[in-house]
Amino acid sequence: MAKKYELNEVEVWDGNMAAAHALRQADIDIVAAYPITPSTPIVQNYSKFLADGYVDGEFIMVESEHSAMSGCVAASAAGVRAATATSSQGFALMVEVLYQASGMRLPIVLTVVNRALAAPLNVNGDHSDMYLGRDAGWINLCSYNPQEAYDLTLMAFRIGEDLNVRLPVMVHQDGFICSHTAQNVRPLQDEEAREFVGEFKPVNSMLDVANPVTHGVQTEEDWHFEHKARQHNDLMNSMKTINEVFAEFKDRTGREYTPVYTYKMDDADVAIFALGTTVESARIAADQMRQKGIKAGVVSLRVLRPFPFKEVQEVLSNVKAVATLDRSAPGGTFGMLFNEISAALLAGGKKPVVLNYIYGLGGRDTTINMLKEVYEDLDKCAKAGEAVVPLQQFLGLRGPKLSFY
Amino acid sequence: MVKKIKNLKEFSLSNDRFEGANLMCPGCAHNIIVREVLNATDDPIIVATATGCLEVCTAVYPKTSWDVSWLHIGFENAAVAAATISAAYEVMKKKGKLPPATQKMVDEGREPKIVAFAGDGGTYDIGFQSLSGAFERGHNFMYVCLDNEVYANTGGQRSSSTPIGASTTTSPAGSVSYGEKMMKKSMVEIMADHGAPYVAQVSPSKWKDLVKKVQKGFEVNGPVYINAQSACTTEWKHAPEDTIEVSDLGVDSCVWPLYEIINERDEHGIIYSTKLNITYRPKKKIPVEEYLAAQPRFRHLFKPENRHIIDLWQKAVDARWEYLQKREEAGV
Repeated sequence: MAKKYELNEVEVWDGNMAAAHALRQADIDIVAAYPITPSTPIVQNYSKFLADGYVDGEFIMVESEHSAMSGCVAASAAGVRAATATSSQGFALMVEVLYQASGMRLPIVLTVVNRALAAPLNVNGDHSDMYLGRDAGWINLCSYNPQEAYDLTLMAFRIGEDLNVRLPVMVHQDGFICSHTAQNVRPLQDEEAREFVGEFKPVNSMLDVANPVTHGVQTEEDWHFEHKARQHNDLMNSMKTINEVFAEFKDRTGREYTPVYTYKMDDADVAIFALGTTVESARIAADQMRQKGIKAGVVSLRVLRPFPFKEVQEVLSNVKAVATLDRSAPGGTFGMLFNEISAALLAGGKKPVVLNYIYGLGGRDTTINMLKEVYEDLDKCAKAGEAVVPLQQFLGLRGPKLSFY
Repeated sequence: MVKKIKNLKEFSLSNDRFEGANLMCPGCAHNIIVREVLNATDDPIIVATATGCLEVCTAVYPKTSWDVSWLHIGFENAAVAAATISAAYEVMKKKGKLPPATQKMVDEGREPKIVAFAGDGGTYDIGFQSLSGAFERGHNFMYVCLDNEVYANTGGQRSSSTPIGASTTTSPAGSVSYGEKMMKKSMVEIMADHGAPYVAQVSPSKWKDLVKKVQKGFEVNGPVYINAQSACTTEWKHAPEDTIEVSDLGVDSCVWPLYEIINERDEHGIIYSTKLNITYRPKKKIPVEEYLAAQPRFRHLFKPENRHIIDLWQKAVDARWEYLQKREEAGV
């Protein structure tokens, strides 16, 4: 039996340590992992917990991220709890197996420390990896700070393993700004966390030799469509479970999570819509704009997949202009948030000005002043009732200004 | 628990856990090998299979040919799949959380045997990294390569197991080409050099030898590699009814020598002895030409301009047979 880890009411943890403790407390049977910056400390911390007797399960240091996720798929099919961590290129190498994990309905938890994708090689934070995997059929949860990385990682097990869901879950945190920045975290004690996460409930366990089961079948045009539709249906319906788990977590800890995060949106005329640590900077920028008389707010997603379409519509129903901030190279079109937020607004019959800012690629700092410039643009558009700046701009880019559309 | 097998009739009437009703080509050696491996034990078996002929022909939803727990993930990860199932089994055994029926089997001394099946594409090429990693880590499982020396499932492309002179769809024989240019990769030695406790080469035609080796493999602790000759009626282009005869020609010409490599380890895992045993010696070693002549994939080698490749084949096979005998004599 694993030793209890004595935790203070408030710990000072970076995002990686917070995620590692959540994994430790989740009583995982198999962690199969491979190191990659900036998520490496998660697996280092975890292996140290194991070396010191705080973990009962097995830690397998495999030879690639492809094998890390393959090992998680095999362990989960074998009927045990499995999780891993990765970033960037490692995430890219896992992509094939991410689709296999969700298609086989295996509730694996993957903590993703978001980092840019090469080329050029870059170890710093952006959301290229998150965007690469967003359509892989996983539930995607987004955190902004170590506390949230901890909380959402614990909740990920409850959500994914729910018998109505049975889907893998990613928990995102920003490389370095969250993963390597120590902040106050209020953890659950080990027994509370274990009780919250609960025992793993195997479904169709390969280890049950009395009930042989075939995992990972072939389907062609006769059945593939039905499988994928069912998978999508259950991913869409997982929002119910996500909300239930969020509510139970609030009862236990007082910390409230909602699929869409808002800051000062009740009376907002203009809003920044962003993901990750930038949300915290945008809050400060919004406060400063409000001192200047501009009714500024911030919107973000806790749950990127399933996409909280209705909630997004409601939150933005009265804004005059919204800036969607995408921290991933858009590859020849608008950023993902622009497309998805615009679609939600259009379907809801709303036509505020929607702008798109590409920002923070490869770890480029995004300052409060830059975000205030975004609010200034939004204010101009709101007052004019139309877009008076280019629809797509690059924030914090050196050299001549770059804009499209 | 080692299964006692008296004769072929009894063996062939073993309770099949791999159903013959599947979509494999008539005469495919994969079927024969898989049945021989699974029937070598009465203990529970858990199988992981790489993408390939075996996988696409035996688990087409909503049907399955497997009466054992079976997993397919992808092309390149059968080894890590089997290895991690093995690790998951060990964890649950340690925690006392195995499913009751499995725990009962274990209490009776019948631990599950965990087996990976993959073709040569999934083994020699795309799955090699995963295989090497799993063997280095020393998981307790058996990896069986169904070696038909070609990417048969995708229509007969060359792999690094394809032998010199074979005409494949990506190394076709033509007016200026005799087909595949490279010699076959020495997978058995490569896997033995990982320090695996037991590595062997088998042919489905020599069923007793195959079963004995599989049973030995099941008894050792650690990763076991079995390289199984798998005559492919579709890509070797022989008649379906000639599968066993072609297999025998391979063995009797020493193109496909039957041998095993045993790495004995002390309690710290340090290898103190490596032994190579030749387990079958042809009474009369037949010329390689007879093996090649039985397979139309080599037909073009019999043209005058390509005869030198047949000579090269004979030299290579003789040298290898010599090498294996020397190693056996020297006990290394």
